[in-house]
Formats: sequence, C-alpha cells, structure tokens
Amino acid sequence: MSLGVKLAMIFLTMVFVDNYVLVQFLGICPFLGVSKKLNSAVGMSVAVIFVMVLATAVTFPLYVYLLEPNGLAYLNTIAFILIIATLVQLVETVLKKFIPSLYKALGVYLPLITTNCAILGVTLLNIDNITENGYGFLESVVCAAGAGVGFMLAMVLFAGVRQRLEEANPPKPFEGLPITLVSASMVSLSFMSFGGIIEAIFNG
Amino acid sequence: MGKFSVFSKGLLKENPVLKLVLGTCPTLAVTTLAFNGIGMGLAATFVLICSNMLISALRKVIPNQVRIPAFITVIAAFVTIVQMLVKVLLPALDEALGVFLPLITVNCIILGRAEMFASKNPVLDSALDGLGMGLGFTLALTVMASVREILGAGTLTLLPGVTFQIIPQSVDPFGIMITPPGGFFIFGVTMALVIYLEGRKGRKIKLEASCSSCPAAAGCPGACEGCDGKGGE
Repeated sequence: MSLGVKLAMIFLTMVFVDNYVLVQFLGICPFLGVSKKLNSAVGMSVAVIFVMVLATAVTFPLYVYLLEPNGLAYLNTIAFILIIATLVQLVETVLKKFIPSLYKALGVYLPLITTNCAILGVTLLNIDNITENGYGFLESVVCAAGAGVGFMLAMVLFAGVRQRLEEANPPKPFEGLPITLVSASMVSLSFMSFGGIIEAIFNG
Repeated sequence: MGKFSVFSKGLLKENPVLKLVLGTCPTLAVTTLAFNGIGMGLAATFVLICSNMLISALRKVIPNQVRIPAFITVIAAFVTIVQMLVKVLLPALDEALGVFLPLITVNCIILGRAEMFASKNPVLDSALDGLGMGLGFTLALTVMASVREILGAGTLTLLPGVTFQIIPQSVDPFGIMITPPGGFFIFGVTMALVIYLEGRKGRKIKLEASCSSCPAAAGCPGACEGCDGKGGE
C-alpha cells in the first residue's frame, strides 16, 4: 500500500468510523455545550482541529526522541497536558498580536480547549498507535487532522439536529438535555453504519 | 455546613454526573460493564481525594493567576500514580478503560472541585468533599453500567470473573445498549428519570451542559450560548 493511500485511509477512518465524538466519546462537553448554533459549532471545531494537529506535531517528537529513550515514558500524561496548556496560551497570544481577525473568530473557544479531553486523547492515542499500528510522525499528524475534522462533522450535523429540536415538543421530563442526548444517540446510530466501509473501499 | 453534609451532598443532592452534568465523556465511554464503571469511579475518587487535599493544603501558596496550570499539574501527577497502580494490580481494568484512565486528568469533576471547593476550604473538608463527589461519580457510573450491561449482554459483572447471568441466555440480549448509541440513549433516559423524580417531589430542575461548574469558566469569555462569560449562566 502506498503512503498516500495509507494516509487517506487513516484520515477517513478517523472521520467516519472512529469518529471521536459519536463513537469514541471524546469531547462530549463542547459537543453538548457549543452545538446550539451553527457558527459557534464551526468556530469551536476549527480551533479544535488547529490545536489537535499542533499538539500532536509537538508531543509526538517529544515522546519519541526525549521521553522514550530516557525511560520516562510514564511521564507522558503530565508532560502532554502541560504542553497542551502552554500551546493553547501561546496560540492565543500569537493570534491576538498578529492575526486579530482570526483571534476574534476563534479566541473565545481557545480557553475551553485546554481541558477538552479530545485534545489530550488524540496525543495519547497516537502514542499507542506507534506500537500498535506502526504510526510515524506523518501518520500521527494526519490521524490528528482526521480526528479534528470528524469532530467538526459531528458538531455541524448535530447543530442542524438541535435547531430542529428547538421546535420539538418532547414529554416534560425529557425537555432540554435528555432529549438532546437521545437525539445524539440517533446521530451516533447513523455513524455505526460506516463500520468496515473504509477498508472495503480501499481493499476492494 | 456540618462535616457530614460536606461529604454527603456529592452522593445525590449535587451528584456530579446526574445533577451537575460533569464528566460526561467517561460516563458514556466506560459504562459497558458494571465492573468498569466501579473501577473508573474508584480511580477517579482516589485522584479526587488526593488532589483536593494537596490543592487545599497549597491554597495559600499558589498564585491566583497560574492556579489552573498548577491544579492540572497536581492532578496529572496523581493520575500517573493511579495509572501505574492499575496497570500492575488490575491489568484487565487498564485494558478496558484504555485512554480514559489518563484522561481522568482533564475530567471536569476533578478540576471543577479543585476550583470550586478545595481552593477555598481547609484540608479535611476538601478530603470529605472529594470522597463524597467521587462516590457520587462511582454511583452514577455503576448504575448506568449495570443497566447497560444487563440490557445489552444479559449479565452483571461486579468483579473480574464474578459474573451473574441476569437475563437467561435463551433470550437474545439487546446488544445495541452496549454500543455508543446505547450509551447516549441510556444517559438521556437516566437524566429524564432524575428530572421526573425531582419533579414529583415538587422541585423543578433544569439540567444543562452548563458552565456554572466548568473549570474553564474562569478564563472563558463565554463560548457557550446563554453564558455571560463570568462563569455563571
């Protein structure tokens, strides 16, 4: 299998089959909290994609070249969360100073991202992927991008569902969050049908 | 507030999962087997008690501006300890929880309690608060996981190897309950039940994935709708 095909497969698998929000349950807080309106859902997702790719690009070499060879692999959780926190702060400062228009669009979402489990999750899962699936730097970054795009797809789809929910009239106890979760279950159900489809496309 | 109510409020009155809507990711992800729910809950309880005590002891030393990174570092250190212990003592649990074990670091319950309680209260109260909140989390996870396992597999696993057959094997289990859609569904129904029971007692509560107890609320300019950016709703 050529590298390009492998990368495309990783990307599509992360978006559809192993979707972070709907299948792996990572990043549920923003999925429920920021998906009421389409434009905030998109803003949050773009910030997440950006930080996910950046965080993976930094933590992967750190683990492979610094922690692992020195027998410090057990420190990965603590090292990664500190890197993510610093990185988010750095991105915020840089955007504010140099690209104020982008900061205006994404700035609101950045402080929420440090404690978003999808970000720490993607960096930690990519480390597991080194031994399990033989991922290198490029595969890891593509995997992170796929995870981010999958997050965006789930957010955007669900923003549409929620706009319909506003006008729905569920039984009293279901009003608010319960009916939102039940409809998330339906959206998740539709993603179940992607299972196996990516392998089938690429392997014929 | 008496010492006992500091402890007991986390169990039902302010249950972190069912009332404050915190820690939704692990609640949905690991509750496919009753034992996973118990294990995850107890691991988080341990981290919660330890981090609450240490943060409370350091509350006068940590400068206000850098308190969130300081809290996260303390929490991550205890999570690393738990990770090592679970790996050695209960390898099966380590396998089942996977990435959600290290992700206790960013569990909003723990950071939320550090910010809301431990950073303002003495050590003993913080430990009791951590114990109560942790057990409330464990309770919610165990209930969710038991329902999902009984419906989805017909069994109830309280310890590794200790499995009870609840629904006879001749009955086809309702397999979808242990898949991700089943997780969302059972969580939604459980919440509706909580609202219904509270409503019967004459209390009206509104559950919302809110920023009222979100740890990021302090530095948050109001990303979620209906939030004024001051940590309130």
